Amino acid sequence: MTEADLSTADFNGPVVAFENVEKVYGEGETAVRALDGVSFEIQAGEFVAVMGSSGSGKSTTMNILGCLDTPTAGRYLFKGVDVKTLTRDQRALLRRHYLGFVFQGFNLLSRTTALENLELPLIYRRISKAERRDMAMGALRAVGLEDREHHTASELSGGQQQRVAIARAMVTRPSLLLADEPTGNLDTARSQEIMELLARLNEEQGLTIVLVTHENEMAAFARRKLEFRDGLIVSEWHAEAA
Amino acid sequence: MIGNILLLSFREIRRNVLRSILTTLGIVIGVAAVIIVVTLGEGTKAQVQEEISKLGSTMLTVFPGQRRRGGGARVPAPPFEMDDVNALRRETSMLSGVAPMSIGRQIVVYGNANRRSQVVGTDREFVNVRSWGLAAGRLFTPVEEQGGKSVCIIGETVRKELFKEEPFLGKTLRVSKASCEVIGLLEPKGQVMFSGDQDDVVAVPVKYYQRRISGNKKVDQIYVSALSDSLVSAAQSEVEMIMRERRPAQPGSDDLFTVRGVQEMSSAFQSSTTVMTGFLSAIAAISLLVGGIGIMNIMLVSVTERTREIGIRMAIGAREKEVLFQFLVEAAMLSGFGGIVGILVGLSGAWAMAPLLNVPFIIQPDMMMMAFVFSALVGLVFGYMPAQRAARLDPIEALRHE
Repeated sequence: MTEADLSTADFNGPVVAFENVEKVYGEGETAVRALDGVSFEIQAGEFVAVMGSSGSGKSTTMNILGCLDTPTAGRYLFKGVDVKTLTRDQRALLRRHYLGFVFQGFNLLSRTTALENLELPLIYRRISKAERRDMAMGALRAVGLEDREHHTASELSGGQQQRVAIARAMVTRPSLLLADEPTGNLDTARSQEIMELLARLNEEQGLTIVLVTHENEMAAFARRKLEFRDGLIVSEWHAEAA
Repeated sequence: MIGNILLLSFREIRRNVLRSILTTLGIVIGVAAVIIVVTLGEGTKAQVQEEISKLGSTMLTVFPGQRRRGGGARVPAPPFEMDDVNALRRETSMLSGVAPMSIGRQIVVYGNANRRSQVVGTDREFVNVRSWGLAAGRLFTPVEEQGGKSVCIIGETVRKELFKEEPFLGKTLRVSKASCEVIGLLEPKGQVMFSGDQDDVVAVPVKYYQRRISGNKKVDQIYVSALSDSLVSAAQSEVEMIMRERRPAQPGSDDLFTVRGVQEMSSAFQSSTTVMTGFLSAIAAISLLVGGIGIMNIMLVSVTERTREIGIRMAIGAREKEVLFQFLVEAAMLSGFGGIVGILVGLSGAWAMAPLLNVPFIIQPDMMMMAFVFSALVGLVFGYMPAQRAARLDPIEALRHE
C-alpha cells in the first residue's frame, strides 16, 4: 500500500465508526472481555469525551481508535476503511497521516527541543526542511509557545509540555486527535488551560477530538459524552446545539 | 527516506554525547591498533628494502650445508677451509671479490673497557665485497695476511665503546686470549635489521683468527660479490658450479652448501614480520569484536531505556522498518564514527612511534578506507539484534513502559 492509497479525501461518512466491536484479552478461563459489542460513530468536527472508570473499556476503545490495536470481533472503520484488514505497517502509515496523539504523560522526547519534537511527525511524513519548520512554528504559535522553540522538554513546565504535545499531535492536521487523560498530570489551573486550548482548536480549526477522561469538569468541555462501563456504552449525552 | 533516518539517528546520538563516546571507545582502540600495526609494518618493509641496498645488493653468502626453512634436519656438511676460498678466487669469472669469514663473538678488551663483539677472520677483500670503506688507518698487507700477524681493523661501535675519544691507531686490543694492534677503522654502517649492528666488529687476518682465536682451520662463511647487479644470479650459478665440484653430494640429495643473496636473507626476515603483523592484527580483531559487543550492549540498553520513545515514534507513525533502520543506522554511525576517530588516533600513534622504532611513517589510504568500512560493518552486525528488538515492540506496551 502506498501512502496515496489511504487517501480518502472524498469520503463524506463518519471519521470513525465502531460496529459492534468486541475485544477479548487472553483465552479460555482467564479471558477478559474489555469491549462487549460497542457501536458508535464520530463525525468530522466533533469533540467527544469518552468517560468511565478504569476497566470500563475506555482505554481499549482508545487503542482501537488509534489503530494501535484491532477488534477481536466487529468492525472498526476509519474513514470507511476496515482497520482489521490492514497490516501493522499500513496502520502505522494511517497513524502517520490521519491521527494525532496526546498522552497523559506528555511523552515528549527528552533532551530534544520543542521544535524538534514537533518536527518528528513531519520528518516521518517526509516534509521538506523549510516547510517542516514553518508548520512546526505555526503549531507552536497555535498553542502559544512560539518563544519556547529551543527549550527542551525538561526546561518546560508540565502545562507547557502538554501544549507542545498537543502542537505535535495537530501539526500534521490530523483527521482525528486522540487525547488520553491529557490533564491527568496537571493542576486545576493548567488543566483548564489545556481544555480551553483543545476546545478552541476544535472550534476554530474544526479539529475532530476524542478525549478520554474520568473527570466530569474536563468532559464538560466536549460537546458529546460517551460513558463506558464494563465494556459497554451505558449513556450518551449531547450538548445543546449552539 | 535515508536522509530522514540519518537525521533522526544523528539527533539521537547528539542526545547522548558522553555515552556515545564511551560506547565507541572499543572500536576506536581496535581501529587505532590496526592502523598502528599496519602503518609501522609497512614502514618496516620499506626499511628492509633500504637495508638491502645498504648491505650491498651484489653480495652473496656461501654457507656450508643446507640452511633449511621450516625446520627439518640440517644436512651435515664439512666446514669450508681456505682452499675453498682460493678455489673460488681461481676459477671465477663473474666475481669482483671473495672473502673468507671465520666468525665468532668474543670479548674484546682495551684498558678497563670491554665488550662482546663480532670478531671476523678475513682478508683485504672483505671491504670490497661488503663495499665498505676505511675511515682511518689502513688494510692488512699481504705480508700480514700470509704471516697471520696480530693486527686488526675495528668498527665504529667498538671504537666508540672502548676508546671513547682516545686515539686508537697503534693501540693494542685484547681479543679473547690474544691481542692485536689496531691498524684501521671501518666507516660507520649503522644498524641493519636482520644482522644487527654492523659496526660492532673487529676484523683480523684469517690466519691469525684460526691460529690464535678459534684454534682450527674452519672458514664459517664465504662472502662473494658479483661484478654487477645484473650478474648476481649468473654469479650465483657459477659459485654453485664451482662448489658442487669441490664438495660433490650424493646423487638426488641436496647440495652440501648454500648460496644466499641479500634478498633471500631479507625475505626470511619479512616472513617473521608477517607473523608478527598477523599476531598483532589478531589482537586488533579481538579488540574490534569486543568493541562490537560493547555497541550491541549499549544498543540493547538503549532499546530498553527508550522503549517509551519507540512507542511514541510508533504512535506518531513510524513503521517497523523505520525503527529498525534508525537503530541500525545509529549503531553504524557510532561505530563508523569510532572508526574515524580510531584512524586518526592510530595515525598519530604510528606517527609518534615511527621515529622511536626507526622506521619511516607511510600512510596507506586503502587500509584506512578498509578500517572505516569494517568498523561501520561491526556496528551494523552487532546493532541488528537490538534494532530488531526495538522494531518488534508492541506500541501499546511500549507507551505504557515506565
